[in-house]
Amino acid sequence: MSKAVSALAGAKASGLVAIEERGLQGMITLRGDFASAAFKKAVKAVLGVDVPGQRAVAVQGEKAVAWMSPDELLVMVPHGEADAIVDALSEALKAEHHLAVNVSDARAVFRLSGMDALVREVIAKVAPVDMAGFGPGQIRRTRISQVAGAFWQPEAGVLDLVCFRSVAQYVFDLLKVSAMDGSEVGHLG
Amino acid sequence: MLTLTCPYCGVSGEETEFHAGGEAHLKRFISGSTDAEFDEYMFLRENPKGVHFERWRHVYGCGKWFHAARDTNTLEVFGTYSAQVSEPPKEIKDKISAKRPGWSWRNFK
Ligand SMILES: [Zn+2]
Repeated sequence: MSKAVSALAGAKASGLVAIEERGLQGMITLRGDFASAAFKKAVKAVLGVDVPGQRAVAVQGEKAVAWMSPDELLVMVPHGEADAIVDALSEALKAEHHLAVNVSDARAVFRLSGMDALVREVIAKVAPVDMAGFGPGQIRRTRISQVAGAFWQPEAGVLDLVCFRSVAQYVFDLLKVSAMDGSEVGHLG
Repeated sequence: MLTLTCPYCGVSGEETEFHAGGEAHLKRFISGSTDAEFDEYMFLRENPKGVHFERWRHVYGCGKWFHAARDTNTLEVFGTYSAQVSEPPKEIKDKISAKRPGWSWRNFK
C-alpha cells in the first residue's frame, strides 16, 4: 500500500488569522434513515454520540459527527481508524438500507485560528453566509467562492473547513487572499 | 437578489448557493403519448410575469431538490416545499392568494 499524504502536506499561511492544512483526517460519509431506531443505535454504539439535529455537529473526543442533509452524516475520525469504523458501521447496519464509505482521501481540511470575529470574517468574504449568526455547534455546507465546501467551529476562534481534495490549492490560496494583512472589514466586531 | 429557504436543511441562502431546475409540476409524456402531448411536455413552458412555480436544487448545500413558489416580477418567494408532491400544498396556495388575489398558473389557482 502506498503511504497516504494530504493534499498540501500541511501548508501554512498567516495574515488576519492563521491558516493551516490539517493533514490527514479520517472522514466517512454515512447515509441512512435517521428516523430508524437501528440507525440511531448504530451511530450511538459505534461513534458514541446521538445523531445530531439539523445542521448540528456532535463531538466526542477525536470523533465528530456532522448533519449534512436529512439522510447524510459526515463522520470525522482519526485517519488510521476510518476503515475499521466503516466496517463497524456496515456491520451494525447490515439489516438497514444505508451507505458507509471512507472518503478521507477525497477531501482536504483547513483550520483557521485567531480572533473569533476575524476567523468568521475571512469566511464571510468568500461564502454567501451570514457569519454574524454562526458559531460553535453548527455546520454549514455552502459555496466557498466557486467550489463546494463545509465548515464548523470546534470552539470560538477556530474554524475547520472541508473541501474536495482536487480544489485544495484553490481554497488555500483563496483563504490566504481573504486573510491578507490590512484587509479586515471589522463588520463582525 | 433572490433568497430561498431550503425546506430540507432549513438554510436561507441567496440564489448562487442553489441551482434552478426549470418549471415545476410537469407531467411526463413519453412513449405511448400523442404527438400533441409530447410537444406540450417537451417544448412548452409557462413564462409568467408574476406567480410562478419552479424546481430548485440546493446544489452547494444539502444537495436536495425542492419546489419554490415565487413572483418572477418582484422576486418575492411565497414559499418552498417538498419535491415529493405533484401540486403545490394548500398552505402555499393560501399564501399566494393572500398576496396575489385571483392568481392562476396552469391548472392551479
Ligand atoms: Zn438544503
